[in-house]
Amino acid sequence: MPTLTAATPLPTTDEEIWRYSRIGELDLDRFTPTAADTDVRGGAGIEIDHAATGDALDVIGRLTGDAAPDVFAALNLEHASPTLITVPAGRVVEQPVVVTHMVRGSDEAVFPRLVIDAGADSEITVVEVFTSEPDSTSLVVPVVQIRAGQAARVRYLAVNELGERVWSIGHQQALGERDSQLLVATVALGGDYARVRTDVRLSGAGASAKQVALYFAGGTQMHDFRTIQDHDAPHTHSDLLFKGAVQDHSRSVYTGLIKIREHARGTAAFQTNRNLTLSEGAWAESVPNLEIETNDVKCSHASTVGPIDEEQRFYLESRGVPPSVAERLVVLGFFDEVLSQLPAGDLATDLRARVAAKLSIGDDPR
Amino acid sequence: MTTLEIRDLHATVGGTEILRGIDLTVSSGEVHAVMGPNGAGKSTLSAVVMGKPGYTVTSGAVTLDGVDVLAMPPWERAVAGLHLVMQYPTEVPGVQLHDVMSEAFAARGRSVDGLDELLRAEAGRINFDERFLDRALNVDLSGGEKKRNETLQLAMLRPRIAILDELDSGLDIDALRDCARRVEDLSNEAADSDHPEGGHGSLGVLIITHYSRVLSELPPDHVHILVKGRIVASGGPELADRLDAEGYTAFAPEEDLKVETGDDHAKPVERPGSLDDLFAL
Repeated sequence: MPTLTAATPLPTTDEEIWRYSRIGELDLDRFTPTAADTDVRGGAGIEIDHAATGDALDVIGRLTGDAAPDVFAALNLEHASPTLITVPAGRVVEQPVVVTHMVRGSDEAVFPRLVIDAGADSEITVVEVFTSEPDSTSLVVPVVQIRAGQAARVRYLAVNELGERVWSIGHQQALGERDSQLLVATVALGGDYARVRTDVRLSGAGASAKQVALYFAGGTQMHDFRTIQDHDAPHTHSDLLFKGAVQDHSRSVYTGLIKIREHARGTAAFQTNRNLTLSEGAWAESVPNLEIETNDVKCSHASTVGPIDEEQRFYLESRGVPPSVAERLVVLGFFDEVLSQLPAGDLATDLRARVAAKLSIGDDPR
Repeated sequence: MTTLEIRDLHATVGGTEILRGIDLTVSSGEVHAVMGPNGAGKSTLSAVVMGKPGYTVTSGAVTLDGVDVLAMPPWERAVAGLHLVMQYPTEVPGVQLHDVMSEAFAARGRSVDGLDELLRAEAGRINFDERFLDRALNVDLSGGEKKRNETLQLAMLRPRIAILDELDSGLDIDALRDCARRVEDLSNEAADSDHPEGGHGSLGVLIITHYSRVLSELPPDHVHILVKGRIVASGGPELADRLDAEGYTAFAPEEDLKVETGDDHAKPVERPGSLDDLFAL
């Protein structure tokens, strides 16, 4: 069976964008490239193509001239199992399109590649779900590319419900053209080591992007997020809210960069990352960065890492709520700010229940 | 009939002794006021009785009908019948009043059937806008709305003894009146009330306050003056009148009235423009 080989060596944690990662544990030789098992629901009346090749699969590279940003994005292009969703100009797709990848087997490598090409003034919501057999030891290297054409409204949500032995190294790239509105959301509950890098580039004046994420690791899981808010045009607006929690011996990393290019005057960019450490043995890191090349901007970032707020817990306990129940309420309340912004409302209710079920607080009897 | 007994209570915060031997007894249906200047230990007293983390009891006892309260975690104290109306109610983002009440009822073995109806009925009694029932706890509420929310929870949970910590700070006279009236009703309620939790008898109330304004809305039966962690005088309502006329200097030497650090460390900074400023002694 052919094993996986990369054209260039794997990165190391010496590179800033891989700092704190578990990249050193990855052995590509172990994996066999396999076609993804993908199911698509919804999207009646629009073109969904699983046979696309070449340039059609690299809408971002075609428009920006940028090469695949790293070895994993390159591997994805080489082995891609494509889903290309093309929304014609002016078309409003009412119901969310749900793309589900089922990861099976042991030591397989799958490369789902989702391309959402939304024409001018179109509107679409796409939910991409990653799920697996519970004991799968496979590797997922997904890429999603989103182009929001002029004044298009595109909402995307990735949901990671992978088993706790699956590795995932994902890349989300979005490009917002003039006056477009992007929502790029991620909910990560699964995976052993699960990394998502998100690059959102606003290339047209008046474009705006909202990025939200909820991540919650337990056991020995690690969630790893890298975000870039790239302002490449004047009067662009980005707002990022990432909230995570770690329990047991799990870990999480968030590093975020706001990049405002010289010609992006009149831009506003905000970045907030908040982390709850729910156990002594859990660890979270948060590293915000700014790179601003012009003066006429409004920019802020905030980041926190810490346990559940003692005042909040005491307030609930003082009403007669037992500590474990109080903590559960506070954690679910903490995530509510993200859940309430997810594009598919029904799904948010379901995800809230999954978060509640995963919380190990209160597993002991009252 | 329920009795909260505080006996020779000493407590420290960050190694500094703030309570230096408090004795107080509050029974069902009684309204007690503990008045004191800044730094006297008022907020420490309420925090220690409720079991807030960060305070250390070094000696003395607190009992509810003879049962040791200090041995219980805060939530058990609440279930046993103690309730604290906080000076600065904590904002708990994303957590709904309904969910907290439902868990609080469950901890008391009370059915949650009709919880929403009860919430709306109690909200109506104190002019708490029903729209606020769906907000996260205390988030985006004004000072008056927060105290109405606190009073609403008090009425919902039916404690035996309630401690009101600076009820009148940060709220307008209408809100104060609504809250005070509800507490007064609860303290006058007969033991055979038809409330599902009736039978506890009327509420015993411990008002902790710097200013006498709240006492004109919620008249006390007993007044105690707290200075430097000790009760220096106890009497009837006339004691509050004397305090109003003569100030705390009538009850304690000047050097004991200086504000010290310690008691205030856990409190948020006093909001500028608070109504308290208008009533400063």
